[in-house]
Amino acid sequence: MSQTILKVEHLTMRFGGLTAINNLSFEARRGEITALIGPNGAGKTTVFNCITGFYKPTEGMLTLTHPTGNEFLLERMPDFQINWKAKVARTFQNIRLFQGMTVLENLLVAQHNPLMVASGFSLHGIFSTKTYISAEKLAMDTAVYWLETMGLIDRADDPAGDLPYGDQRRLEIARAMCTGPYLLCLDEPAAGLNPKESNDLNDLLMTIRKDHDTAILLIEHDMSVVMKISDHVVVLDYGVKISDGTPDFVRTDPKVIAAYLGVPDEEVAAVEAEVGL
Amino acid sequence: MEVFVQQLVNGLTLGSIYGLIAIGYTMVFGIIGMVNFAHGDVFMVGSFIALILFMVATMFLGLPTVAALIVVLVLAMALTGLWNWTIERVAYRPLRGSFRLAPLISAIGMSILLSNLIQILQGPRNKPLPPMLPGSIHIMGEDALATAISYKQIVIMVVTVVLLAVFWWVVQKTPLGRAQRAVEQDAKMAALLGINVDKTISITFVMGAALAAVAGVMYLMYYGVVNFSDGFVPGVKAFTAAVLGGIGSLPGAVLGGLLIGLIETMWSAYFTIDYKDVAAFSILAITLIFLPSGILGRPDVEKV
Amino acid sequence: MANDNQPANTPTIDLGAAVRDAVIASLVMLGLAIPILALKTEQNMDNRLVLEPRWHYVWIACALVFAVRLALTLFIWNRKAKITVAKGEQTPTIMSGLVRVLKPFSGRAGLLFLVAYPLLALWLVGPQGSIKWIDNFGIQILIYIMLGWGLNIVVGLAGLLDLGYVAFYAVGAYSYAIIATQVIPATFPELGVWSFWICLPIAGLLAALWGVLLGFPVLRLRGDYLAIVTLAFGEIIRLVLINWVAFSNGYAGISGIPRPSFFGIPFNASEEGFAAVFGLEFSPIYRTIFLFYVILALALLTAFVTVKLRRLPVGRAWEALREDEIACRSLGINTTNTKLTAFSIGAMFGGFAGAFFAARQGFISPESFVFIESAQILAIVVLGGMGSLFGVVISSIALVGGIEILRELDFLKQIFGPHFDPAQFRMLIFGTAMVVMMLWKPRGLVSTREPSVFLKERKSISGSLVKEGHG
Repeated sequence: MSQTILKVEHLTMRFGGLTAINNLSFEARRGEITALIGPNGAGKTTVFNCITGFYKPTEGMLTLTHPTGNEFLLERMPDFQINWKAKVARTFQNIRLFQGMTVLENLLVAQHNPLMVASGFSLHGIFSTKTYISAEKLAMDTAVYWLETMGLIDRADDPAGDLPYGDQRRLEIARAMCTGPYLLCLDEPAAGLNPKESNDLNDLLMTIRKDHDTAILLIEHDMSVVMKISDHVVVLDYGVKISDGTPDFVRTDPKVIAAYLGVPDEEVAAVEAEVGL
Repeated sequence: MEVFVQQLVNGLTLGSIYGLIAIGYTMVFGIIGMVNFAHGDVFMVGSFIALILFMVATMFLGLPTVAALIVVLVLAMALTGLWNWTIERVAYRPLRGSFRLAPLISAIGMSILLSNLIQILQGPRNKPLPPMLPGSIHIMGEDALATAISYKQIVIMVVTVVLLAVFWWVVQKTPLGRAQRAVEQDAKMAALLGINVDKTISITFVMGAALAAVAGVMYLMYYGVVNFSDGFVPGVKAFTAAVLGGIGSLPGAVLGGLLIGLIETMWSAYFTIDYKDVAAFSILAITLIFLPSGILGRPDVEKV
Repeated sequence: MANDNQPANTPTIDLGAAVRDAVIASLVMLGLAIPILALKTEQNMDNRLVLEPRWHYVWIACALVFAVRLALTLFIWNRKAKITVAKGEQTPTIMSGLVRVLKPFSGRAGLLFLVAYPLLALWLVGPQGSIKWIDNFGIQILIYIMLGWGLNIVVGLAGLLDLGYVAFYAVGAYSYAIIATQVIPATFPELGVWSFWICLPIAGLLAALWGVLLGFPVLRLRGDYLAIVTLAFGEIIRLVLINWVAFSNGYAGISGIPRPSFFGIPFNASEEGFAAVFGLEFSPIYRTIFLFYVILALALLTAFVTVKLRRLPVGRAWEALREDEIACRSLGINTTNTKLTAFSIGAMFGGFAGAFFAARQGFISPESFVFIESAQILAIVVLGGMGSLFGVVISSIALVGGIEILRELDFLKQIFGPHFDPAQFRMLIFGTAMVVMMLWKPRGLVSTREPSVFLKERKSISGSLVKEGHG
């Protein structure tokens, strides 16, 4: 049993009178792909936003543990530090690339922090010292590596906004990987992809998991992606966890089926009581 | 005590004028998300139109003051509405879209254009009129400390309250108001549902200008003098009022206006008249920094 | 109006509709003209207001509107495909052609021209005539180019809407003025001749400090709100300068500000003066030419720093911030610090420009630092487009130079009569120009962005993809 990388404990998120997430607890483990699924409006992106610091959780604890043993309390950290120090990266449901910058520039921006340090707050940079030049070269090499892995190397100098949709999604993932994360959070990476592209995405995610020792936390609706590559699935409905286990377990769990497909009218009350609604 | 009450009355009167202008800012910002920089100058244009019409009414048509004011009010609302309608068509509508900076620069340019146009067409000097509607109602105190509320002040406050009620009713209860609120929330969807977005926006601009014209008439009646440069500072103060009260909220705009009027009057009376404009700008900055949604406004959450 | 309903390329022209349209337009003009144009308020002998009718102006205006509208409908709007200004497409027009033509000047050729300019003016019109050309045109335009480049870092690169840039200009000017007229004479009077050179970095530093102070509370506001707050701050600083008489001398301003020396050699008619030292006959032109080169150097410094920083992570972070702030935060970028650096570096250059301005004028007052200045600088940057340095140059020359040229148009006096003073119309034309330019080129003159780094090939990015910031 590999070690836990992210521990979510009793996470609750309230917006005024609306409880978006209610007492959610689960774990994501190192070297695994954990999928977060559920019907629309279940609160999945809200969980992401809490983990990555864009929302401050109303209650609960989010602990990120590095392989070195360092622990980070995410619920207390500002968003940019969650990426920089805790090494959690994410992509967005609506792609947020820097459309007016080239593909290469997008990947270089992702390496901002190591480059800033090396540039000595720009002083080394202005005088083009060796420290900075070698740091810049390293950053370029990282960018080129990811471009080649994603098959985007030929479009390195094109504006990101010109790329076709599938390529933009891959670029966003590459950009997130350029920050060297231990945990990669992907918000519906397969949205809008055709079956071939979804397969390529599966291969890509498995490569990332294997070669980079990066745990992946994934929100997805496309079951072909979820079932094929996840090691662990957590199911949400109305902000509450209704199932947690391996893909096979979750697939046959009656509670999950009820959430997605509904139950006969007679059983509604029973199911609701069980789930705790 | 007498001084305080007198300043209270003065402040509420001044605040009513600001409130009327502020409604225009808040309606336009609500519906197209744009700060209409030129709105203060539209108020100034309205006051000039009122001035000239009033002179025509009293000097050439020989109407008594009250009748003249009513006629002038109606005509000024119509004509100033026409001005703002034209400005929106010419300078803002073509720029509606994803650009944020272009309409802003256009509005700033329009503001400069308007004030200089009036300066050239009507001359740079102050334009004074003999005082109108003399007389007041005594409230308290004697002689030097006599506190009174003048007829002018009553008129201004009553007109403001009535107009606020009317426009609030329009926004909340009529199909036009519904259309405005729909366009405010989601212009594309509103268009798909058959609302004529362009016309709705135009009408909003006209309504804002009409209220600014009323403010202009009130201003003319109260102070008795207008000048081409009277657009910028009252405009900023009215915008401060709109922000303070909660941008997008009509009652908020009037509330903000009253507060700003009171603060300005009290400050001038009890501290010093020197920095009174600094007070308005500072309130603006402080409100935006600490309470951006204002008193009656709704905070918006950005979707990630 | 009518042309909204016409399909893009109609071969037939509906004359009736066009005429109806033009009539409506002229009726609108009539409504607008009454009463502001029709009746002029004047004060008669008794200081009472009277009305003077000017109906002939009204008829002329209505006729003009009718004719122009008809002409536009018939000849221009029918031929061109519908211009979708809002969507970000720019139709090829005269101005973008002009940009292309002037493009070769954006590099070394332009630099050479700028350096040679004063000598060229001297050669063409002689010492007396060229003072005006070097000072009112050359130096004035260069000041605005520098201010534009400074604001470009904030607005063009980082996408932060700053409407109070004039505040930093004022900080720079007043720091130099006060230090040079009061502090230095009181402490180290021998350094008097070096005042400008000592105060220049101090002015920049103070302005940068103010940038941090003002920026810190406000930079988390979005778009329009940031604009309004910066405007408020700009006005507060101006009002404080007017009212805090003990500090700034209020409306009277500060005069007797020392001019820059040629690195210790003053530009006067004395024995130690520049002319005497270099064996030349005294002429005020020397100081003017020197001032030109000083502002040129300062402006080029601004440009150099901008270009360098754009290639460094901090500059790239600025542009990324403009594109998508949330994505930046998700990549570990501390956006608050990034915004503060943009704001304060932009402020610093504003401070430098302010110190130069004070030195050139010899006298400053709060009247020079009104909101209109901020608006003008912002207009220059926005009209330039895309955070482009070259764009700012062209728009400065067009806006500032264009307005200055008005003073030269003496021939207009012959058309409109000896009382016609085109300079009176300066601000009116400026305001109109701002509106017209936004209608014409909402994204600015330069419509492409150059990437700061490339792998194989430098490809320009179309303006329709580049964000404006705080969208």
